[in-house]
Amino acid sequence: MPASPFSARRFLITFSIAWLVLMADHAILLYWFDFPLKAAIVDSIISNIPLLGVCLLVMNTIRYYLPGREQYMNILIMCIVLTILWLLFTKWLLELSLNSFGDYEEFLHRSLIIRFSIGFLVLGIVTMMGINWFTWQEQQKNEERKTDAEKLAKEAELFKLRQQLQPHFLFNSLNSINALIGIRPEEARKMVQQLSDFLRGTIKKEETQWVNLLEEIQYLQLYLDIEKVRFGNRLATVIEIEEATQQMKLPALLLQPIVENAIKFGLYDTTGETIIRLETRKQEGELIIKVSNPFDPETSSPKQGTGFGLKSVQRRLYLLFARHDLLVTEAKENIFTTVVKIPQL
Amino acid sequence: MNKVIIIDDEILARSIVKEYLQKQPQLELVAECGDGFEGIKAIQQYQPDLIFLDIQMPKINGFEMLELIEQPPAVIFTTAFDEYAIKAFEAHAIDYLLKPFNQERFTKAIAKWLEQKTTFTETATQELLETASQSPSQSNRIVVKNGSKIKIIPVHDIFYLEAADDYVKIHTPEGHFLKNKTMNHFEQVLDGQQFVRSHRSYIVNVQQITRIDPYEKDNHIAILRTGAKVPVSRGGYGKLKSVLGL
Repeated sequence: MPASPFSARRFLITFSIAWLVLMADHAILLYWFDFPLKAAIVDSIISNIPLLGVCLLVMNTIRYYLPGREQYMNILIMCIVLTILWLLFTKWLLELSLNSFGDYEEFLHRSLIIRFSIGFLVLGIVTMMGINWFTWQEQQKNEERKTDAEKLAKEAELFKLRQQLQPHFLFNSLNSINALIGIRPEEARKMVQQLSDFLRGTIKKEETQWVNLLEEIQYLQLYLDIEKVRFGNRLATVIEIEEATQQMKLPALLLQPIVENAIKFGLYDTTGETIIRLETRKQEGELIIKVSNPFDPETSSPKQGTGFGLKSVQRRLYLLFARHDLLVTEAKENIFTTVVKIPQL
Repeated sequence: MNKVIIIDDEILARSIVKEYLQKQPQLELVAECGDGFEGIKAIQQYQPDLIFLDIQMPKINGFEMLELIEQPPAVIFTTAFDEYAIKAFEAHAIDYLLKPFNQERFTKAIAKWLEQKTTFTETATQELLETASQSPSQSNRIVVKNGSKIKIIPVHDIFYLEAADDYVKIHTPEGHFLKNKTMNHFEQVLDGQQFVRSHRSYIVNVQQITRIDPYEKDNHIAILRTGAKVPVSRGGYGKLKSVLGL
């Protein structure tokens, strides 16, 4: 919610002075036309205090509900209606309190059109000021959001560069290859190929690119095959792709960090065999991907397990879709599940 | 003959060390372990002269495993990439092998160890552990030994810590555990926003505190959710107030 203009001190002071000037002017004018001073002051107060109330009301309404460009007509009508209501109310009050002053009633009737004009003018100006203020506030907020988003994108870019190389994964894979060269050279050769294909995929793809699920799964398979060589029997994977989802689209390189997180979490939190499950399905036109891994609820809170990998995925999803509900994690018994929803554009 | 144990969760990483060891006739491989639990058992059983130890391993990492061994043998660390750990190694005289490493580098590490075998002592390992355990990734859990069982305590489960001679008593929902460390160590390692040294002999988890009552003159006492009472000194009261934002 935007801040009220009255929270700015300078505005508050200017507004109050303007209002005092208006009231004084009103009273002086009547005094000029030979009204007794007392009547002039009472008239000014009775007319202008309710007007101030109406103005504040309008200001507050705009604060919560800023009209769009196409609604300016409504605003105009609202101002007219409010002015009329204000006029009727003040007329009633004035008659009640000032009838004793000679020919006041006749003067009041004759001056109604002028009172209406001035009231409408004041209300109109305040409304315009309010709209301007709150529009400006909103623009500033948008601007802020934009700079934030740009900053995030830059950070993400840097993180991505580092992440692309995945030093831990890379050096451990090279170490495995080194071992395989001595004992099973054929497998070493195969793993070099897989590692190269995987790295090429990482470098080639742009994060802005959309790929279909099958393509992303193939890329993921390279990664999983390498990890299986590293961890041997400890790592097993189950991938179930619903047929309807095969050609659905998702942002490139989105899945790998989620699976990586599941593997790390699963492998380093349990000592036995770790089964990583990946299931996809179509639901209400959205692509749903579910990744699950075992963990030990006694020694790790799932909160810690979500890690930095998932956070960056969540940020990416937010930047792409402006939604926070697309990545959900759940820990149930000893299974940790990450569910990603991908809206299809 | 020197006895050697390899501890690494990746089978191929173990096999490369095994391969290089074949060219070191003065070393005899007595055991291979896939995680820290097996490592502790094997070390107790074989009393090796040297171990090759990976850092990132399931459940408990290499440093945590070493912490649980009373007289740790000489260690050569094998690791892929861990900036923090590497800094810790460099600060202390213990050698480390960055994966992947070749036979030559491996032989050098062995030679270095053989040469300084006499000086390659426990103290170096202890100092290293002290440095390594201050890494941020380690501050969210504490590994303790309870008889022959190993217990991993997530730090947010801890009620409070209490000095007990050479040990620190860690109070948790499952009773208390002893850890051979100093209060100063824990004060440094634990997150200062959650754990406050309320007293020379006490560190308290502020999330467990339900109220703080005055107690004798100048002193206070913190009452925890469990009903336990933790002394609060004058200085400790100031620290608690600033953390709790009072």
